[in-house]
Amino acid sequence: MGTTITKTDKLVGQRVRRREDPRLITGTATYVEDVKLPDLHHAVIVRSPHGAAHIKSIDFSKAAALPGVVAVFVGRDTKDVGGVVCGVELPGLRKPHHHILAIDRVYFVGHPVAVVVATDRYIAADAADLVEVDYEPTRAVTDVEKALAPGSPAVHPEWPDNIAFTFHQNGGDTDKAFAEADVVLKQRITSQRLVPNAMETRGVVASWHAGDRALTIYTSTQIPHLARSILAGMLGLEENRLRLIAPEVGGGFGSKLNVYAEEALAAFIAMKIGKPVKWIETRRENFMVTIHGRGHVDFYEIAARRDGTILGVKLKIIQDIGAFHQLLTPAIPTLSVLMMPGLYNFRNIQAEIVGTFTNCVPTDAYRGAGRPEATHGIERMVDILAAELKMDPAEIRLKNFVTKDQFPFPTATGLNYDSGDYAATLNKALEMTNYKQLRADQAKARAEGRLVGIGICTYGEVSAFGPSPATAAGGWESATVKIEPSGKVTVLTGSSPHGQGQETSYAQIVADELGVGIDDVLVLHGDTSIVQYGIGTFGSRNTAVGGSALYYALQDLKVKVKKMGALLLEADEVELIGDQCRDPKTGKSVAFAQIAGAAYRALKLPKDTDPGLVVTKFWEPSNFTFPFGAHIVSSEVDRETGEITIQRYVAVDDIGNIINPLLVDGQLHGGVAQGLGQALWEEAVYDDNGQLVTGEFMDYAMPRARMMPWIESAHTYTPSPVNPLGVKGVGEAGTIGSTPAMVNSVVDALSPLGVRHIDMPLTPEKIWKLIAGSKS
Amino acid sequence: MTPITTRSITVSVNGVSHTSQVEPRLLLIHYLRETLGLTGSHVGCETSLCGACTVALDGKAIKSCSMFAIQADGSKIVTVEGLADSSGRLDPMQEAFWNEHALQCGFCTPGMIMVSKQILERNPNPSDEQIRDGLDGNLCRCTGYQHIVNAVRTAAKAGA
Repeated sequence: MGTTITKTDKLVGQRVRRREDPRLITGTATYVEDVKLPDLHHAVIVRSPHGAAHIKSIDFSKAAALPGVVAVFVGRDTKDVGGVVCGVELPGLRKPHHHILAIDRVYFVGHPVAVVVATDRYIAADAADLVEVDYEPTRAVTDVEKALAPGSPAVHPEWPDNIAFTFHQNGGDTDKAFAEADVVLKQRITSQRLVPNAMETRGVVASWHAGDRALTIYTSTQIPHLARSILAGMLGLEENRLRLIAPEVGGGFGSKLNVYAEEALAAFIAMKIGKPVKWIETRRENFMVTIHGRGHVDFYEIAARRDGTILGVKLKIIQDIGAFHQLLTPAIPTLSVLMMPGLYNFRNIQAEIVGTFTNCVPTDAYRGAGRPEATHGIERMVDILAAELKMDPAEIRLKNFVTKDQFPFPTATGLNYDSGDYAATLNKALEMTNYKQLRADQAKARAEGRLVGIGICTYGEVSAFGPSPATAAGGWESATVKIEPSGKVTVLTGSSPHGQGQETSYAQIVADELGVGIDDVLVLHGDTSIVQYGIGTFGSRNTAVGGSALYYALQDLKVKVKKMGALLLEADEVELIGDQCRDPKTGKSVAFAQIAGAAYRALKLPKDTDPGLVVTKFWEPSNFTFPFGAHIVSSEVDRETGEITIQRYVAVDDIGNIINPLLVDGQLHGGVAQGLGQALWEEAVYDDNGQLVTGEFMDYAMPRARMMPWIESAHTYTPSPVNPLGVKGVGEAGTIGSTPAMVNSVVDALSPLGVRHIDMPLTPEKIWKLIAGSKS
Repeated sequence: MTPITTRSITVSVNGVSHTSQVEPRLLLIHYLRETLGLTGSHVGCETSLCGACTVALDGKAIKSCSMFAIQADGSKIVTVEGLADSSGRLDPMQEAFWNEHALQCGFCTPGMIMVSKQILERNPNPSDEQIRDGLDGNLCRCTGYQHIVNAVRTAAKAGA
C-alpha cells in the first residue's frame, strides 16, 4: 500500500462483548417457534413406535373428523416429493430411497408415517393420537456388530448383509512396519452414539403464495443456501422461487448441518393447503429423529519400537449408519481415517471402514464429526503403548510428534498439515499443571491406596473445510460488503453463524480494515433473499473461510474507497487513517462518510470506476487448517462408589490467530463440556427391539453446571498460512481434546488395578464394577 | 368429543394485568408465548428438565412448561421481557450475562437469567459451588457453564 497506518485501537484480538446479545438477553430474538404468520396452521407427525415393521393400514378417519383438523397426509400422498438427500458419493455406496413419509415399511423408532394439520397445535396433537396405524413388527437390529453377523435381520431386505459401504485407505508400507516392530498392541475401542441436543429443537414454518409461486421456509439450520437448493430439488420448485430463512438458530453442533424430511414435509403441506404451517419438534422427537453422532466400534493395532517410536497404525471402523443416510452420513468416518495419525510422525497406515445399517436413526456430523473418534483412538493407543513400554505418556508423545521444522507436513493419509509446534503446546500444558509435581502427588496418593489419575490428550484436527474438491459441497465462502451512502457498513455473510458470534467478530475485522466504528457495522446472514449464496457454519470453518472472504472483499473495497478519496482530494495517492482518507502530501483529508456519499451521488467518478461501494467476494482456501492442542486432566476415582472427581482441567489450544478471545473461551468451554459429556455421561441406547431407551433428558445425562470442572485455558499461537487472517478454527477443538484426556485420566487412575482400557461413558456403575471385579 | 370448556384467569405479567379465557389444559408457557405474545421464554424439553421456560411466579423461579395457565390465576409473573426498566436499562443480571459472554445461541439464556436472579435473591454472596447448584435445573449446551458462573458472580459483586 506504500503507506504506514498507525492505529492503536485495533479491535481484532480484543475481548469485545457480543453485538448479538441485546436481543438474546431481553427475550426479543426470533427463533423459528417465534415466527407467527396470519392463519398459521400446525402440523404434528405420527411416528413409528417400532424399530422395524410393515405398515398394514393407516386409518385416519377419526383424526380427520376432529373439528379444527384441515388435513392428514400419509406416505402415498408425499411419494412424489424427492427423497431425503445424501450428498456423499463413495464407490459402491448403497443409498436406500428415503421417503419423507414412510410408504409401507418403517425402519426405525420415530420414522414418520403420517402428518396431521390443524388450526391449533393442541388439536393437531389430539388428532395425531387418533391416527390408527396397523403395524406388523419384524425383527430389528440396533447393534452394529450384530448387524454384520450372519443371520442378522436385514434393515433393508435388498441388502441382507447390512453393509452400506466399505472403504479402504493405505499409506506407506504398513505390513512391513508391523513386521519390523518390537511391539504390536491391539484394542477394541468404541465411540458411542450421542444425541447432539441443541437446546432449540428443530422447527419449520412454511408459507406458499400460489399467485407468484413463492415459497418461504423458516427453518433452524446451519446451511440456509444448501438447504434451499436441496429442498427446491425435493419439491420440484424452481430454486429462485424458494426463500429460505434461518432466523435465530438455537444451537446446531452439526445436527442442523442437514436437510430433513420435516422441512420438505412442511413445505409440501403449505403448498397443498395454501396456508402457512408450522412444525416444531418436541424434545422427544429431537432425541428420536434428529441425527445422532459417533457410533463407532473401532479395532486398533499399533506397531512400535521398544524405544517408543510409533511405526504404524491399523484401524478397522465399524460405523453405525442407522437406517438411512442423511446429508453427510457416510463421509463422517472417512474424516476419522484422515486424522488417524494424530500429531505423530509415523507414515504407515491401513484403514478400513464398514458402514453398517441398523434400525436406528441415522448418524451424521456431531461436533468434531469423525475427528473425536480418531483422536480418541490414537490417543488411547498411545497411552496403551506407553503403559506397555512403561514410558511416561508425555514423554512418548514428545518423542513421536511431527516437529516444527517439518511443516507443511504430508501425512500418510494424504493431508498436508499447515503449521504447528506440537511440543511447545504440550510443554506449556505440562508447565501449567506442574506435571512433575502432579506425578509425585499421584505416587503419594497411590501409596495411600487412592485412585488418582492424570490424562493427557494431544489432538490435531482437520478444520475450515474446503477446498472444494475435498468437500461434499463447495469449500468456499462468500461475503458482500456494502458501504451505504451514509458511510454505514453492511456485511452479508454466506456462512450462517448460530451462536458463534460472527456478528461481532466480523464487525471487528471490518472496523479494523475500514477504520469505521464497530457500531457502524451490521452483519446479516441466514436469509437467502438477502444474502448471496453461501455454504454455512460447520467444521470450524466460519471465521477461517467466511472471515477470509470478508477480508478479501474489504481489500477490494478499500481500493475503491481510496480511489474515490484521491479524486475528492485531487491527490495522486491517499492513505486510510481511521475513518479518514488523507493526502500525505497536503495533509488534507476527507471523511469516509463523504466518500461514500460521493460514490452514490456519482457526479464525478474515478476513471473506469462504477458508482456505489459494494464488493462481493467468493473465496476458497487452498488447504484445510489444522488446529491442535494439549489437554490434561487430573482426576480421582472413589473406590466405594465408582464416582469420578475432576481435580484439574488444563487446556492449551493452538487455533492460530485469535479475533476475539472472549468468544474463543466460550467455544472451548462448550466444546470441553460436550467432550466430557461423551467421556463420562452421555450415551444413546437402543434396546434390541429398536426402542431408544435414553430418549429424554431424564435418561440421557447431559452435563449440568455442577458436573463441569473449572477449565484453565491458555494458548500457543501458530498462525495458519492458509488464510490471510492466520486463523485455524475453534468450534470443535474442545470437544476433540477433552474426551481422550478424560478417559486417559481415569484409565491411569485405575491402572494399578490392571485396567488398560474402558469404553465410554465412564459411568460410576461401570467403574464400580471394574473396581469390584479387580478385588475378586 | 366433548366440547372444550374455558375458564377465565387474571394474571399480572411484567406488571400488566391480563384477563383471558383459557382451556384448562393450556400450559403456562403457551399462555405466555401464544396468548400474550411473550416469546422470550422458550420450550426446550416440555418435561421441566431443561429450564428454558423458567419464569418468576410470585417471586419463585418455576418451569412454566410444567404448569397450567389456570394454576397461575391470581399470580404475579415476571418473564425475561420484564427485567429491563421502562427506559430500556438492563437488569444487572442481563448486563452481567452480556459482559461475561454467558450465552452463545441464546436459547437457554432467558431461563438462565431468571434462575440466576433467584440464586442471588436467596444468597447474595454465593460461592461458585452454590452458583452451580443453583443452576442445576437449567441446561445449556453451548457454554460449558463457566461464563454463566462468572456472570452470576459478577452480578453478585455488583450487588444485583
